[in-house]
Amino acid sequence: MSEAIRFLPPRPAVLSRRAAIIADLTDLLPADCLVHEPRELVPFETDAFISYRRLPLAVVLPRTTAQVAAVMRYCHRYGIPVVPRGAGTSLSGGAIPQEDAVVLGLSRMSRILEVDYANRTAIVQAGVTNLSISETVGVDGFFYAPDPSSQLACTIGGNIGMNSGGAHCLKYGVTTNNLLGVKMVLVDGTVIELGGKHLDAAGYDLLGLVCGSEGQLGIVTEAAVRLIAKPEGARPVLFGFETSEAAGACVADIIGAGIIPVAIEFMDKPAIEICEAFAQAGYPLDVGALLIVEVEGSEAEMDTMLAGIVEIARRHDVKTVRECQSAMEAALIWKGRKSAFGATGRIADYICMDGTVPLGKLSYVLNKTSEIIERFGLRVANVFHAGDGNMHPLILFNANDPEDAARAEEAGNEILKLCVDAGGCLTGEHGVGIEKRDLMRHQYSDAELAQQMAVRSAFDEDWILNPSKVFPLEGRPVA
Amino acid sequence: MTLIPHNETDAVYVVRNAAAQGTRLALCGGNTRSGFGNPVSSDEMLSARGLSGIVDYEPAEMVMTAKAGTSVAEIEAVLAANRQMMAFEPMDHRGIMGTTGEPTIGGVFAANVSGPRRFVAGAARDSLLGIRFINGKGEAIRAGGRVMKNVTGLDLVKLLAGSHGTLGFLTEVTFRVLPVPQAVETIVISGLDDAAAAKAMAAAMALPVEVSGAAHLPQTVRDRFIGGALPEGEATVLRLEGLLASVSVRAEKLAAVMEALGPITRLGMEESQKLWHEIRDVHPYADGTQKPLWHVSVAPSAGHQLVAALRLEAGVDAFYDWQGGLIWMRMEADPEAELLRRYIRALGGGHATLMRASDAVRAETPAFEPLPDAVAALSARVKQKLDPAGIFSAGKMGW
Repeated sequence: MSEAIRFLPPRPAVLSRRAAIIADLTDLLPADCLVHEPRELVPFETDAFISYRRLPLAVVLPRTTAQVAAVMRYCHRYGIPVVPRGAGTSLSGGAIPQEDAVVLGLSRMSRILEVDYANRTAIVQAGVTNLSISETVGVDGFFYAPDPSSQLACTIGGNIGMNSGGAHCLKYGVTTNNLLGVKMVLVDGTVIELGGKHLDAAGYDLLGLVCGSEGQLGIVTEAAVRLIAKPEGARPVLFGFETSEAAGACVADIIGAGIIPVAIEFMDKPAIEICEAFAQAGYPLDVGALLIVEVEGSEAEMDTMLAGIVEIARRHDVKTVRECQSAMEAALIWKGRKSAFGATGRIADYICMDGTVPLGKLSYVLNKTSEIIERFGLRVANVFHAGDGNMHPLILFNANDPEDAARAEEAGNEILKLCVDAGGCLTGEHGVGIEKRDLMRHQYSDAELAQQMAVRSAFDEDWILNPSKVFPLEGRPVA
Repeated sequence: MTLIPHNETDAVYVVRNAAAQGTRLALCGGNTRSGFGNPVSSDEMLSARGLSGIVDYEPAEMVMTAKAGTSVAEIEAVLAANRQMMAFEPMDHRGIMGTTGEPTIGGVFAANVSGPRRFVAGAARDSLLGIRFINGKGEAIRAGGRVMKNVTGLDLVKLLAGSHGTLGFLTEVTFRVLPVPQAVETIVISGLDDAAAAKAMAAAMALPVEVSGAAHLPQTVRDRFIGGALPEGEATVLRLEGLLASVSVRAEKLAAVMEALGPITRLGMEESQKLWHEIRDVHPYADGTQKPLWHVSVAPSAGHQLVAALRLEAGVDAFYDWQGGLIWMRMEADPEAELLRRYIRALGGGHATLMRASDAVRAETPAFEPLPDAVAALSARVKQKLDPAGIFSAGKMGW
């Protein structure tokens, strides 16, 4: 277990009242909504950022907004930290608790409340999984666009917390662009609604502010999300290139030519090998880099777009072009890509970076990343959303070797600073969490961080919501 | 007096001074939209029009950075030369508001101004990637960046977009642009009443044909578009854009479904562009009057119900955009704010913004939809964190 990233010291006043707090929560909630036996708390001690873990004080699993409000009212009154949790798939430690915190898990609020095709909206509870929305409305020809790799497990509440993206956001945008409204419990238990089935906000765009706020502004219990009519068809095509540079240049030219595919995914040689070994997706193993470009529409439209893309790829000496002949083949191509993290986890421990860079800097940042990784004596596999410059270097290391783990963390930090220096940012879709918290000063000035923290305080003056996350521990407006 | 800083450093100086002395500033750009919102209490105007020029434009990355006072016309011209555009189609308010001057890009984002494509391509705020602004303490703050995916810290970009100059003085904006579609075509279905049109538009949006504009122009306004060239009867108009080959295929499909509802007419590229431009700028109500004009946003299926309910009690002329969810509503006499807002709540919620009225009416009618108490209190706290001395556009949003 790593120790480099600190958590806030537990509040003694909370720890000393542990038994009383559990007794009070028992009164507030039905018996099966509270977890407090140490043994049963273990599954909640970390998320997908597994190098760090902390046992929480208790876990509550409410079923209704009223129960969430009751818990918040109580925790606010006694200054008890609250760490919201969806499915616990955060890659940045967003859901990792701390010893004095109550984990507020939304997994039991998992109903789709309303599907309204006339208004292209679904109203869902926060614990609904991302994929289940598209599965529910798919039979009627609709889908929900953001599709993070963890979509089978991750929840809409978590997606809102991290403003999750996915492979297809080049065309459809990320969560914030597909979110129409939320019902949210404020820190003191007040329930508010922002947005709805109508567009734009009356007053400030608090909905836009809440999206991506990593559970620090309130607890979202319900969301209204945009449904979109499914395209007639979608077709991914594989392009294999000699080098990463050639693939990167091809991406820039596709976008520059005014062609916006739904997705452009990039994999370098190590990533191709890892994914192919796992998924047998038929990826070519004799290339240095791979692009998966997906277009959608009618057969005629896809043919037109693909012809244009193939022509551009040829100008970059593409070695392999593989159009799939069936839906099964298409699914297999995506299976390889979407299982990249899981497949990597089978061969080594890894940490996944999430920096975003301007498209013109892709090749430069890839080269520099290799240099950094070599300097630290580590290995890296690159798999990412090339169309929007969101990079995901997977740094491989051995978690049983503390020195190796420390080197991996350090190399990761250097890569993220590189992304910022290239005009990009620390995190495109995974969130800051604890992972990137101490790098925030590299991206923001003191005044800028102070401004963000002040706005955060407007929602949660005592900073009890997910308190160890996002903002560096030093220099906060609260002790 | 109007203060016109010519760089960010000067702007910082101006705001610091104002904060120190408690001078209240009315923020503006080109002043074409300054009539938005409630009357502002101010001692001086602070204009962004001295901050002008495109700072960076990478067509291959589809990103532009411009100083806030850059005119929309300049930006649109540069984008057009590269066959790109702002996907959110910002409307020009000069027609309906009777203003002159040049709209600025800062004004577009400060008021979160979008057009007909908004309901599928997002609002101005969805294209806005990054900003520089001066907060009420006189600190220069960057938020966001120039990449499309960014969840590094709180999204102050969204917060400032649509804040109407009450939270900060925008000095620079970075936004995403998209290729101009090769082809545009419009399917016109004639003779549908408002309710039938709402159904038709919803049906069109459920088809895999990527409709990028869906408006309904009732009989009272129909002949005021494209020089009266739309066919007789109410006009429900659906826009398709994209690659040439693709648009014609999709138009065939859409027409095949819609012809069961009423006579179909197809408009080509030029007429389509003119029509959607006029819908964007609310051409029928750019009438030189001060008759109260509302911008109402509700669920698309509620739009026609709202208008029908109001018609029983007030003189209303209206047309619909955004699949029926945006209603441009011109009142014959009284603005009927309370009646309108009561019906909006009854029909599931939304908001009504008074865009235009006589000074007397504006003085007694809240321009923006009143917020529930808890949201209003939260908004006031947010305002306090950005503008502690309350010097920016005081009163405009009701605080």
